[in-house]
Amino acid sequence: MTVEQSGPVLQVECLRVAFEHPRGLVRAVDDVSFSLLPGERFGLAGESGSGKSTLALAILRMIKPPGHIEAGDVRFLGASLAGLDDERIRALRLAGIALVPQGSMNSLNPVLRIGHQIADAFVDHGLRLGREETEGRIAALLSEVGLPASVARMYPHELSGGMKQRACIAIAICLRPKVIIADEPTSALDVVVQRQVMATLARVQRDLGAAVILIGHDMGLMAQFVDRLGVMYAGRLVELAPIDKIIARPRHPYTRALIASLPSLERRSTLAGIPGLAPSLLELPAGCAFHPRCGLAVERCRRERPAVRQIEDAAVACHLA
Amino acid sequence: MRGAVGGIWRYLRRNPSLTLGVTLLAALGLFVVIGGLAVDIEDARPLSAPTLRPPSWDYPFGTDRQGRDLLAVIIAGTPLTLRIGFIAGFLGVGLGTVLGFIAAYYRGVLDAVIRSVADIGLTVPGLLVLIIIAVSIKGTLTVNQMAIVVASLAWLYPTRTIRAQVLSLRERGYVEVALLSGMSGPEIIFLELMPNLLPYLAATLVNSVAAAILASIGLEVLGLGPIDAPTLGMTLYWVNFNAAMINGWWWWWLAPTVVIVTVFLGLFFLTVGLDEIANPRLRRSA
Amino acid sequence: MRAAYIARRFGVFLLILWLAATLNFFLPRLSGQDPVHAKLLQQAALGGYVQAGIEEMTREYERRFGLDRPLWRQYLTYLADVARLDFNYSIANYPKTVRELVADAVPWTLGLLGTTTLLSFVIGSLLGALLAWPRAPRWMLWLMPPLWALHAIPFFLLGLILTYLLAFQLPLLPIFGGYSPGATPSFSWRFVWDVFQHALLPAMSIILVATGGWALGMRGMMVTTMGEDYVVFAEAKGLKAPTVFLRYCLRNAILPQVTALALALGQILSGAVLVEVIFGYPGIGTLLFQAIRENDHFVIQGVVFIVIVALGLTTFVLDVVYPWLDPRISYRRT
Repeated sequence: MTVEQSGPVLQVECLRVAFEHPRGLVRAVDDVSFSLLPGERFGLAGESGSGKSTLALAILRMIKPPGHIEAGDVRFLGASLAGLDDERIRALRLAGIALVPQGSMNSLNPVLRIGHQIADAFVDHGLRLGREETEGRIAALLSEVGLPASVARMYPHELSGGMKQRACIAIAICLRPKVIIADEPTSALDVVVQRQVMATLARVQRDLGAAVILIGHDMGLMAQFVDRLGVMYAGRLVELAPIDKIIARPRHPYTRALIASLPSLERRSTLAGIPGLAPSLLELPAGCAFHPRCGLAVERCRRERPAVRQIEDAAVACHLA
Repeated sequence: MRGAVGGIWRYLRRNPSLTLGVTLLAALGLFVVIGGLAVDIEDARPLSAPTLRPPSWDYPFGTDRQGRDLLAVIIAGTPLTLRIGFIAGFLGVGLGTVLGFIAAYYRGVLDAVIRSVADIGLTVPGLLVLIIIAVSIKGTLTVNQMAIVVASLAWLYPTRTIRAQVLSLRERGYVEVALLSGMSGPEIIFLELMPNLLPYLAATLVNSVAAAILASIGLEVLGLGPIDAPTLGMTLYWVNFNAAMINGWWWWWLAPTVVIVTVFLGLFFLTVGLDEIANPRLRRSA
Repeated sequence: MRAAYIARRFGVFLLILWLAATLNFFLPRLSGQDPVHAKLLQQAALGGYVQAGIEEMTREYERRFGLDRPLWRQYLTYLADVARLDFNYSIANYPKTVRELVADAVPWTLGLLGTTTLLSFVIGSLLGALLAWPRAPRWMLWLMPPLWALHAIPFFLLGLILTYLLAFQLPLLPIFGGYSPGATPSFSWRFVWDVFQHALLPAMSIILVATGGWALGMRGMMVTTMGEDYVVFAEAKGLKAPTVFLRYCLRNAILPQVTALALALGQILSGAVLVEVIFGYPGIGTLLFQAIRENDHFVIQGVVFIVIVALGLTTFVLDVVYPWLDPRISYRRT
């Protein structure tokens, strides 16, 4: 893991993404900040609807109406992305920041061969390669993700779920990006295939020296893969800490509940869930968004929204931490 | 009561197509009903008025070569044309629903047969088969016979679409739940599937009626319709027969054309409006 | 495997042919009509032939037309004739054969229908795709309401309206026929220009109406396609907008459109028949119309059969081509 630059490769600063809904404004991402160091593995965990995927799209500036980036900025290698025009952002995608999409079900164009779907990325990013060289690069990419070269001539429907996911990884790394955002890459796969895919992702990331943002809701997976973990709830970042610290000593009640809900191989006990439901973003509770479901909530939690505070090497948004 | 009316009004505003369609058809209906009270239907017969008069105060729509008062013709003929369309459309959808359900629900050989017949039937141009049928029938048709003739092919398309819809619904969870809770086939069909299918059926019905009207007008323009009836299609047949366009009798073809256009536009917007109800994803965001 | 698929499709095609021929044969006979007798009676009423000779003449014609043999023999002979594309003589235009009349008319219809269908499909699909694209120029959105309104009305009605506006009020274009009366068909530029002028109004009636339909359909398909995961990924890959539009959206949205085209052919043809009638365009529509007027059953049957053959053939070709467009459809499935 070579660190070439000293500064963070990606900085998200107070990012806010809002969607206009007939019944009001929905803040899918609310004041989220974090930094990503080169080569680092960063996890982003949370329930469905917590804003994780929206955050990923916002970083790539792919939020479409009725949504827009309301406030905040994203910096890549120190340079602000907010000021870039469409063409520069387009060039940055895949080459600088790459997305490994969720749902390997349908992320590949059904009528194009896999090889073509890698090649068109080359072409549109200005790489003028001859046919032989293109084919060579594609074969090399496929072998990096553990796929045979014959996959290049296949159509997506001829591949299994795990193969399709790995093909997506191959596309994502084809231009040697500095940041890889993997959005729930293993959600639709069975455990054995999950492991293969995560191993592929880990190897690829190491070889590239790229930073990875792994988005998901599987805490077990996070524990095995990431260096640092950020926990999102209702669009807000509620805790951010090194993974071992979070597992050993979660500071936010929500994080605690998440970790406690993991079934243990050693002890027998009833499965613990989190009471209540995730709030609708249209009707967020006042104060701390988690307080209706929090066993420790006090009066202050109902009134005042907690700010993110630095406690040792963790960042927490809780009055009681 | 007030709340219901208000609710309907609000929905109509959000669904402009439906509103437009209903308005057009209602306007036409109103015109025919009021006209029926004001005008003597007998004037729709030949030799009731001087021939080839352009529109005037006495004859607002003018008269044709056989001395028909065109206003009376329109007022008498529109309901006739619509009647053919409705009868054929309803029969078509009725039969189509039954066949579509049977095919989709019971599958197997029954499905294969129904589907093949419908598919083959659809590749054949309907108008031509209708021509053969119409030509084979001895003598000229009455309005009701026309409706039956058109209905004979009107079930093909509804069968196909309803079958597709039922097939997709069938795969959804609540059918399995119903089966597990012991409901029988017909029970499931009527109590579970039908209610979800209703908006879609309504849209198919309107479509079917429009297609039937088109088919009947087509047959009439070719001269295969009920010769004595003052339907819209027959009027156009006489327009063509007498080369009204070349002779400059513009009022003769204008009235039926306007009415037909209104009918089709009305039915079209109605279909679009019903589609929006059936498929909420098509709804425009407020 | 591929051969089996094609063979199966061809089998369906032959089945349709057989059904069409059989229907064509039995339906008229069900009503007990004798077309020859009826025709002769009609001529007698008009021209004043001697009544006494009618019976002999009928019998003679019946023999010539083969109507005096038992039904099953007539059927088999009919099938054999149809296979050879022999549709008998035209009752009204004897001694011209049905085949001659149809052969004269088909090129006109093919030309009109072929070009208008192709043009309206291509223009309509492109237009519809552009209308769905968020970066489309604003003025294009104004095209929507007229396209919507137009596509709901039958072709021939627009034909009437256009004729009035463009041929009558402003005598820009001819009202009637395939070419000017008195002109002799030849391959000269003058004749081609004449044909073009005469074809313009019928063609426009079809194109203006049909384009709207294709545009609307394509727009709907594009909207659905643009929401697909693979389009999101395509953008995340930093592909250029035209690439995403053409290779990821259009390429997928066009598939159901082609299916829709195959299904709509019958309807388009029915509409075109009426257009020809209104304009007196010398295609099979007008031929059919005249045959109906003259009770010329053999011509009617011949035309209907040829049309069914043509449509069946086109559908067959589209069926075979479709798997090539959509790799998910393998040749193995029916």
